[in-house]
Amino acid sequence: MASRCAEDVHDETSLYDEFATMTTRIMVKKYTEEHEWIEMDEGGKIGTMGITEYAAKALGDVVYVELPEVGMECNKGDTIGAVESVKSASDIMSPVSGKIVESNEALSDKPATINKGPEAEGWFAKIEVQDQSELEGLMSKEEYDAFEKD
Amino acid sequence: MPPTRGIQNALKSTIRATRQQIRQPEGPKAPTRGVCTCSVIPTPSKTHQAEVRPFVHQQKLPTRVVPQKRCASTSTTELKHTPLYAVHKEAGAKTGPFAGYDMPLEYPDQSHPESHRWTRENASLFDVSHMVQHKLSGPLAEEFLMTITPSSINTLQKHHSSLSCLLEESGGIIGDTVITRLGRESFYFVTNAGCRETDLAFIKAQMKKFLEAKGISKSNKDENIKWHVLNCHSLVALQGPKAQEVLQKLIFNDTEEQTYSPDLSTLSFGESRWLQFTLPDGMNTPSLLISRTGYTGEDGFEISIPPENGDSTNLATAISKAMVDDGSVVRWAGLAARDSLRLEAGMCLYGHDISTETTPPMAALGWIVGKDRRSESAAPVFNGQKTILQQLTSPKSMTERRVGFLVEKGPAAREGAQIVDPDKDNEVIGRITSGCPAPSMDGQNIAMGLIKNGYHKSGTKVGIKVRKSVRKAEVSRMPFIPSKFYRPDNKDKDQKEMKNNTEK
Repeated sequence: MASRCAEDVHDETSLYDEFATMTTRIMVKKYTEEHEWIEMDEGGKIGTMGITEYAAKALGDVVYVELPEVGMECNKGDTIGAVESVKSASDIMSPVSGKIVESNEALSDKPATINKGPEAEGWFAKIEVQDQSELEGLMSKEEYDAFEKD
Repeated sequence: MPPTRGIQNALKSTIRATRQQIRQPEGPKAPTRGVCTCSVIPTPSKTHQAEVRPFVHQQKLPTRVVPQKRCASTSTTELKHTPLYAVHKEAGAKTGPFAGYDMPLEYPDQSHPESHRWTRENASLFDVSHMVQHKLSGPLAEEFLMTITPSSINTLQKHHSSLSCLLEESGGIIGDTVITRLGRESFYFVTNAGCRETDLAFIKAQMKKFLEAKGISKSNKDENIKWHVLNCHSLVALQGPKAQEVLQKLIFNDTEEQTYSPDLSTLSFGESRWLQFTLPDGMNTPSLLISRTGYTGEDGFEISIPPENGDSTNLATAISKAMVDDGSVVRWAGLAARDSLRLEAGMCLYGHDISTETTPPMAALGWIVGKDRRSESAAPVFNGQKTILQQLTSPKSMTERRVGFLVEKGPAAREGAQIVDPDKDNEVIGRITSGCPAPSMDGQNIAMGLIKNGYHKSGTKVGIKVRKSVRKAEVSRMPFIPSKFYRPDNKDKDQKEMKNNTEK
């Protein structure tokens, strides 16, 4: 049909682009000023979180990890646990509001896993995110890298 | 006060330390360069000029919150550097503020626990030049020291040292120190870096009072008592089971004229000796005061390094490099390891475990009070004598006592944590003053704290509040691990001394 013009095609494309960007935004790792990271899963509901490479290096060898209880509900910024080095204890704050659905029990036996892979196998806990928009307020990798250089 | 919360705060202090502005009271600043106005400790009569090559800088560790009782606060000026600062930076040390200095905390080759264990298995070198070295001499030096400390300085033999405490008039501890007799009228002592300003002010005021009481005028002061702060000297501590073998290799064995034996196996814990080193390039150093002592519970030595033309940088650098060499035996260690080592050894950190609020008996340091100073008629009278003697006679009169704790597996008990009585609805009975998981005890949580009299006996079960839970703990003897002080004749003396005085 003649009315099916370039404009319609353009609209479809731009809608697709917006959707693609949104999805990418959700699945990319986000960072906080407290040196924590959160990465949402494909479904977009559950986020895996932990401390950053930078934080793990500064802490030194982790000797003890206090994990949150499964089922615990928290608000963004609430203390959900701690990581300890010989020298000091540091609180872990939740980057978003939600409910803890899993804790990385492996860290109880091998707290040093955090040093080996703080942003991978050294993940701290998984959270069911209550409010997706909270993620948008967090930093991207580039923003975080710039932030920690200050 | 509880330890720093949140990684953000921990990072701020460890990584950004060099950029922080720190506070410090106005006072004489230690010159790091230029002509030194202090006098060098007189060396033995032997002249060695021809052989000496002329040689051409909490509180508490930064990651913890500094509690209010700390004796030094710091100023808005830049952080000071010890003469070995460039060496630490070259080695890639992570540094942070301590007592107004930018001090090495850790080195890149080892994590804190690794460095700690290396010290107990091999040997570590610590730069402790930030500490304050003093020389006190003259006919009244001995008596003066006996008024400001409870030690039997009069019976302290030449080249022997003693742990002591500077006391304020209430009997509270102004600072802990190790005093060495150099000669009949001559002493060397070292005080804490964190207490520099308060200690200097204290000694100055006490000396003035002492001389006035004796009717000695200002013009005659120097004939009677001379006090120099050795601002240009460096101080390094070599600690660990391999310390003697490393140091022995450097000692210059002068077969022609030997005032002092170069054989370190005859130098016991608590003794000192003037010895020269021969450096790798073949040149000899001036005589250095080497003391068999330390702050780790291991065998080890502290080496006082004098300045040349007002600066000890070159000599300290050469000596340190000769010891660290290829790093296969001796490695640099920083303040992080220093703190966990001393805690395992049951040693106090001023401003945390001891302060003006604690007398020596309260601090389980009653043993430093000389045996012949324990009567009211003993002269000279020392500051706080009445209170302290009373506490020694009837320990139950003390309201609180310093003890050690073993804490159950889990989060560590740290400074500021409350100690509670689990049988009395968790009523507060004390506070933790130092604590950490012990790297040489497989992560066992250990701590030191002040506890109400009555709860102080070893084995007493208590609770310690850590974040949301109450951890199970029990009062423990210290040191937590056996000391390795080099005493070829009398190995158990230390253990007995410390144990005897934690009970009653």
